[in-house]
Amino acid sequence: MRKWIDRKLVLFILWKGLRMATLLVAICFISFLLVKNSPIDPIQAYIGADMLKVGPEQRAKIAEYWGVDQPIMVQFMHWGSAVLSGDLGTSMIYRRPVIDVIGERFLNSLALMLSAWVVSGVIGFVMGVVAAMKKGTWVDRIIKWYCFTLASTPTFWMGLLILIVFAVWLQWFPVGMGVPAGVLAEDVTLMDRIQHLILPALTLSIVGVANVALHTRQKMIDVLASDYVLFARARGEQGFMLFWRHGLRNVALPAITLQFAAFSELFGGAVLAEQVFSYPGLGQATVDAGLRGDVPLLLGIVIFTTMFVFVGNLLADISYRVLDPRTREGRKA
Amino acid sequence: MTSILKKFPLNRKQWALMKVLISVSVIIIVILGGLFLDEGRIVTNLTNRNSPPSIDNLFGTDWLGRDMFTRTVMGLTLSIGVGLIGAIGSAFIALILGMAAATMGRTADRIISWLIDLFLSVPHLVTLILIAFTLGGGFKGIVIGLTLTHWPTLARLIRAEVMQIRSADFVQVSQRMGKPRWWIAVHHILPHIVPQFLIGFMLLFPHVILHEAAVTFIGLGLSPHEPAIGIILSESMKYLSSGMWWLAFFPGLCLLMIVRMFDSIGDNLRLLTDPNGNRD
Repeated sequence: MRKWIDRKLVLFILWKGLRMATLLVAICFISFLLVKNSPIDPIQAYIGADMLKVGPEQRAKIAEYWGVDQPIMVQFMHWGSAVLSGDLGTSMIYRRPVIDVIGERFLNSLALMLSAWVVSGVIGFVMGVVAAMKKGTWVDRIIKWYCFTLASTPTFWMGLLILIVFAVWLQWFPVGMGVPAGVLAEDVTLMDRIQHLILPALTLSIVGVANVALHTRQKMIDVLASDYVLFARARGEQGFMLFWRHGLRNVALPAITLQFAAFSELFGGAVLAEQVFSYPGLGQATVDAGLRGDVPLLLGIVIFTTMFVFVGNLLADISYRVLDPRTREGRKA
Repeated sequence: MTSILKKFPLNRKQWALMKVLISVSVIIIVILGGLFLDEGRIVTNLTNRNSPPSIDNLFGTDWLGRDMFTRTVMGLTLSIGVGLIGAIGSAFIALILGMAAATMGRTADRIISWLIDLFLSVPHLVTLILIAFTLGGGFKGIVIGLTLTHWPTLARLIRAEVMQIRSADFVQVSQRMGKPRWWIAVHHILPHIVPQFLIGFMLLFPHVILHEAAVTFIGLGLSPHEPAIGIILSESMKYLSSGMWWLAFFPGLCLLMIVRMFDSIGDNLRLLTDPNGNRD
């Protein structure tokens, strides 16, 4: 019986993966076309200020060397086959392979996003449950008001406020950068890194709470209106025990799913938070690539973030199937 | 205040209408203010630099002596304008694709669902950066980017709505009578989704404005010469460490309030049009 379910799950993942593959190919193609049509000349972006010293013949040589003069489909096939073999090209601003840049930057971003993801998830969940349990009271109203306001708060403005309060007024934290200035890379301790992580993570957590909290509140209200809670109340259960026995497991699952499905917004928030705190993560690299015309890096990031979002959605789907005993029961029949 | 409220108690719907009216009038005042405010207040005035908020300069002045209140109001007007264009464009794409997915048969539905997935599978901000980069930034880039990225959720909503209406009796009868598909779509289906569409449009608005401000803040949006909120905030970053908090605090707060008002207009309109909307 167990084996049959597993097979179903594998099939499901395979199907999702196939769908993802078609989407990924389309995204590669569209973004390739987009950057090809951009007004920024790749040769000029590569050479930069020395452009005046480069004559038309040299220019044609470079274009030929890179294959920029060939038809667009040929260029796409070249690039596509290179991507398939794991070669995303060399970043122009970092002068290193794109894969390395993305890997290193993503690890930094991951620390940031993961901490914000966990903190905002837990706090949001608790807020949602409390609001639902105290529905209609001032606690509920404050939480609801807070969440609605947060939903319309610009992330980068929240970052600026936190920067003003904690870094400028209280001076508890450094103003920016992922590591202290003027310190060699090998001397940077874990404490330094954590210290530079706290403010951007705090920003993301504060802003990320709203969605989970409101969603959990709604689900919890539905649960509290159910017959089994009415019966439990009639038996005299109340408060935390009522939530622990009847609420938690029913509400936790949608919250977890929602959190996994929010990877896309999480990354969007990380881009802004990293920009405000000049934290050296993937978000900052995205902005740099866009501003300074680093085409290989930009394309690499588009592909990478697409996969990141896909993994989030896949985890959301799988968590639903694996964690919820009811869907397992349902498929046995 | 309380005595007036006791004399004329408002029910839930009247309250909602009230909130909509208040928000709309505030937004209109801001727009009019941005259009007719004295340009002379934002010229460089080096005798009055870096002054904190006072009666004369409600939001203080910046490092060039420009009045922050005037800049903020102008920035808000610009944001609302860009948001309006982006939201209208997005909403129309959503309307057309949503209707097409639900009325033009199975293949069209598949293709459009796939398109929706395509646009949802890349983070919005990354798509916006990519499009802004392609079009070389500026007003055109940001408007096209915003238009192209915000339609999928609304399109999904409209598609679901049309699906429901399509199975209604009057549509079935009309089909049997041999009316063409587009005729049914325009005469029977479109009128039913207008309220949904308008509310969806209003709820799209806050997202569009926030994303516009975000992309401009990053430096890929509107040009630095325009008084956009994103520009004001990104410029203020240089001066924050010297304690000039008012440069960032007030413009952001105003943006937050405007966005919140649009949100509340959308929400309250939904409450007003939904017959079952009276419960929480």
